[in-house]
Amino acid sequence: MTQANTPSSTEAFDLVKALKDAGFAGMVTFGLCVPIVAFRAEQDMANKLVLQQRWWMALVITGLVIMARFLFSLHQHSRRNEHAQQAPAGTLSALALIKPYLAPLGFGFITIYPLMMLAIHGPGGSIKWIDNFGIQILIYVMLGWGLNIVVGLAGLLDLGYVAFYAVGAYSYALIATKVIPETFPFLGVWAFWICLPISGLLAALWGILLGFPVLRLRGDYLAIVTLAFGEIIRLVLINWVDFSNGYAGLSSIPRPSFFGIPFNASDTGFAAVFNLEFSPIYRTIFLYYVILVLSLMTAYVTLKLRRLPVGRAWEALREDEIACRSLGINTTITKLTAFAIGAMFGGFAGCFFAARQGFISPESFVFLESAQILAIVVLGGMGSLFGVVVASIALVGGIEILRELDFLKEVFGPTFDPSQYRMLVFGVAMVLMMLWKPRGLISTRDPSVVYKERKAISGSMVQEGHG
Amino acid sequence: MAIFIQQLINGLTLGSIYGLIAIGYTMVFGIIGMVNFAHGDVFMVSAFIALLLFLVATTLLGFGIVPALFLVLVLGMLITGLWNWTIERTAYRPLRGSFRLAPLISAIGMSILLSNLIQVIQGPRNKPVPPMFTQVLPLFEENGYTVGIGYKQIVIMVVTAVLLGLFWYIVQKTPLGRAQRACEQDQKMAALLGIDVDKTISLTFVLGAALAAVAGVMYIMYYGVINFSDGFVPGVKAFTAAVLGGIGSLPGAVIGGLLIGLIETMWSAYFSIDYKDVAAFSILAITLVFLPTGLLGRPEVEKV
Repeated sequence: MTQANTPSSTEAFDLVKALKDAGFAGMVTFGLCVPIVAFRAEQDMANKLVLQQRWWMALVITGLVIMARFLFSLHQHSRRNEHAQQAPAGTLSALALIKPYLAPLGFGFITIYPLMMLAIHGPGGSIKWIDNFGIQILIYVMLGWGLNIVVGLAGLLDLGYVAFYAVGAYSYALIATKVIPETFPFLGVWAFWICLPISGLLAALWGILLGFPVLRLRGDYLAIVTLAFGEIIRLVLINWVDFSNGYAGLSSIPRPSFFGIPFNASDTGFAAVFNLEFSPIYRTIFLYYVILVLSLMTAYVTLKLRRLPVGRAWEALREDEIACRSLGINTTITKLTAFAIGAMFGGFAGCFFAARQGFISPESFVFLESAQILAIVVLGGMGSLFGVVVASIALVGGIEILRELDFLKEVFGPTFDPSQYRMLVFGVAMVLMMLWKPRGLISTRDPSVVYKERKAISGSMVQEGHG
Repeated sequence: MAIFIQQLINGLTLGSIYGLIAIGYTMVFGIIGMVNFAHGDVFMVSAFIALLLFLVATTLLGFGIVPALFLVLVLGMLITGLWNWTIERTAYRPLRGSFRLAPLISAIGMSILLSNLIQVIQGPRNKPVPPMFTQVLPLFEENGYTVGIGYKQIVIMVVTAVLLGLFWYIVQKTPLGRAQRACEQDQKMAALLGIDVDKTISLTFVLGAALAAVAGVMYIMYYGVINFSDGFVPGVKAFTAAVLGGIGSLPGAVIGGLLIGLIETMWSAYFSIDYKDVAAFSILAITLVFLPTGLLGRPEVEKV
């Protein structure tokens, strides 16, 4: 290292220190890489492990980390020098300027989205865009908004939200494939519309059943118990084969009908009734609007509830539980309503999911799903409805896009599979988001109820970690 | 009776592994009040490190099994400690003093990151390890059923006991242990008295990871196979053990681990092996609801 460049003032860039930091980071990285990256154990024909050596990979990673650490030092130095100028004010005012138009514009866009895709890609090519992007993202928006009631408004960390999603999905699947054909066969085409409220109610019931014993726990403990419940429900679904058909799952679940008119090629089907040429795209577009209405309903209910006493009690509970209790709020009932209502929307989403897939198995309801929904709520900025939308588009859409990156195969060779990396990218993104903005993307929040003038609430005080 | 004693031996072996992981949870919770969600995956990473080091030692360097295991144990503890140190330094320390859920969510992200990183760099398939210490020491015979204790079970219990003794010595008798216990009681006061709190927390993570590395070595020795997704369930079970024993209490973690191991093997033997994980998860829920402080924990008093 060059000693000639030793700085005399704090303003100058401390090259030696930056190099030392980078070197240290490199050493640590190399240490981390030694067995895990530099060797790979692979089975041979006799199922015996054989070592492959990949020192080049460890060296490449170390080099990258050294460079990244050095650039980070440079970046921090330049940021320290620009500290006097307040840059964020400009972006804030720009955001405030377009803010009133954001909601109607976004709303208009999501309403015409399937028709736009249909116009661009045609009936065959647009299914992927409406189904994989539109419906998939909207399901997560709805789940995010449902969980937002529990985590964002009431401040109860629920790591087992996927359990209610599963309850909704299995309720629909079991009722529609077993109960309705045997007992009420004439209701066949209406199965989805009858089961939708039932699934929501069953999920809410489960929310109350599971919530009642555990809601006096707080914070991390509650999180772990809800995780345990989520896993218990999944394990029961796997092992109780008579009830749920175990790993094999339930298939040929009836698809939703257009209010009694099925989507099929028959004479009474949707295409024939409306004098259209038969195409599976109509069902996809219809499903898109169903989930859109369902999720908007979730948002509407959330916004209304925030103004009712129970919603205010939720937010008060999130801010300070002890103060709530001393003001006479029944914390158990308040928490239980949040849990049950959140679960109900999870159940609706699950019912829709089962109807859209036509097949469900316990594989769809693993813990990772819960983590993903929670990540959406947290990244969005807890309690912010708009933030959940942004986070869903970024996470779910981003993951779907990773599937599409076929051109990377030409760069890294034919064995390179980008979808293999999507959960890795997801984990990295989750950690980085927390480091960058622990309070989420939309971290300022207007108070739900204003007495005379708007004041900052504690949520906006602690956004940069002051509380 | 013979089956019961056999299951008792199996349960204690499994329980030692859970106990070793549980200490990592309980220490971190004790000192910074955070559930280190990624600890189960740190354990999984340590098992992979152990597997690779074992293969390097036996195939490339030509060591025998016993010296290879010793080398794996020492190096594995060091490298896993480095991993957990890096994780703490990058993902948790910047969030200290941030809002309550931030470190937990960061830890969940870290858990996803670790398991998928291993999947990417080591492949998604199960990794079988050549079996070692396969001999069984017969103890007694009853109605034609021989109760025996495997050599590897003896190794696991002995190594666990020795390392727990060493660990107990570190926490109770050395300056590092004193600093660690001081930070656990009152970080601000400890800092005022000249203890480097950040360094102590880092060392707590390193110690927890070293014990998880021991558990990782024992795990691949006992089960003979490891997969990138094998961190989650042992992690939750070890957390259950920590909660059952009273989170924050070190002897509690060991006792909780042994109990969870026993309950799991007894449940598999007498009820249904399919529902053994359900049993473990139910114990977690039941303990938290009816006995939130665990067997040896201190009640949490919140001041306004």
